[in-house]
Amino acid sequence: MIDVNLIIERFPAFLGGTDGAPILSTSDGLQLTLELLGLSLVFGLLLAVPMALMLVSRNKWVARPVWLYTYVFRGTPLLVQLFIIYYGLSQFDWVRDSWAWEYLREAYVCAILAFTLNTAAYTTEILAGQIRNTHYGEIEAAKAMGMSKWLMMRRIVIPSALRRALPAYSNEVVMMMQSTSIAGLVTLADLTGVARRVFSDTYMPFEPFLTVAGIYLVMTFALVWLFKRAEQRWLAYLAPRKH
Amino acid sequence: MFLQGYLPSIMEGTILTLQVAVSALLVSVVLGLIGAMFKMSPSKPLAWLAEVYSTVVRGVPDLVWMLLLFFGVQMLINELFAQMGWEAPEINSFFAGVMTIGFIFGAYMTETFRGAIMAVPKGQMEAGLAYGMSPLRVFLRITFPQMVRFALPSFSNNWLVLVKSTALVSVIGLNDVMYRADTAKSITQEPFTVYAVVGGIFLAITSVSDLALKRLEKRYSTGVRETEL
Repeated sequence: MIDVNLIIERFPAFLGGTDGAPILSTSDGLQLTLELLGLSLVFGLLLAVPMALMLVSRNKWVARPVWLYTYVFRGTPLLVQLFIIYYGLSQFDWVRDSWAWEYLREAYVCAILAFTLNTAAYTTEILAGQIRNTHYGEIEAAKAMGMSKWLMMRRIVIPSALRRALPAYSNEVVMMMQSTSIAGLVTLADLTGVARRVFSDTYMPFEPFLTVAGIYLVMTFALVWLFKRAEQRWLAYLAPRKH
Repeated sequence: MFLQGYLPSIMEGTILTLQVAVSALLVSVVLGLIGAMFKMSPSKPLAWLAEVYSTVVRGVPDLVWMLLLFFGVQMLINELFAQMGWEAPEINSFFAGVMTIGFIFGAYMTETFRGAIMAVPKGQMEAGLAYGMSPLRVFLRITFPQMVRFALPSFSNNWLVLVKSTALVSVIGLNDVMYRADTAKSITQEPFTVYAVVGGIFLAITSVSDLALKRLEKRYSTGVRETEL
């Protein structure tokens, strides 16, 4: 029922190979999925740290805009955000006339932008939650040492919050990895995009979609394992005593 | 005229989206309860089956599940009917969408309900059994009312994720809000306005749900003292 030969024959396509050309000769498939994931996670985290600090600020003019940002981005589907950026921006002449249009008309740039803004919103909330959870003793100790507010943030609050955010952040990373599958809906040839292409070529649904399902499953397990290792390293002090 | 009169069409699509989401939620709750019971059952094969279900489903993107199940099941039906010499029916895409999303979120609900059932003290169930109640009655009268409180936070989260996942169903041909938006976008040439309206609709749905579920959480936590720092 399932044509194993078709899977073997088409498998290189998921790793960037095309007809006759070797794997990784294009960035299609796995590589594109990993690029989209990696870049949006890095940019998202870089945005999330300052935004989390703003969100916990006691000045409401600083906290409110960030609150609104995370509220909107967490309350709407990522697909809508992607479409607003990819299709929506072309509505404005000033966007089309600007220097940025050269980039913003690329589906690749739009996808990274949408994924970055989305993951930044979730990560901000995760980090802000952990910053609020900082034990008061740590802050008192930092103040007693005469640290300025920023030095305390840099040396005490942020490193400790980042560590404690690891378990929740690992969920976010797995969710984000799976979310990159919608990139195919704006013409990109990520893993799911390649699978849909194979499907429309052959009209065989099981072979391409089971193949990508397997690849995603392996990636999910790999990420979960990596974060377990990271937690063992950076959260060892919170683990229950073994002896 | 705002969006050249396409707003009613988008609203109609919204109703369909909501129907899909609510029906899928019901399917996922049923699957989740079955999954949780299997997972906690003394029978090894049942527990293993539920474990595989919740792990594999949660490890693969929603979109891939939708494509796989929608096109895969349709092909199975086609082949089966061809062998019988009958003409194959087209799967109703509403039904397909509901079943697929329900199947996916059933896996998340399995974890939610398992955690919640385990949070209810075991003595409660034992007392029910000791009174001569049947296991089903123990579940309905003793376990369920008490597990709701523990299940609600994660249940709310699953619902919010489910609503947002519903945006994907136009991929399998449903005439939902995203599909209507696509048509409206091409004709009005105002893609930003169209998708901003759709985003606003989703934001309204998630906000209202969030408020309602918070109230429900309060209600089911009656008599539970909150810890204050």
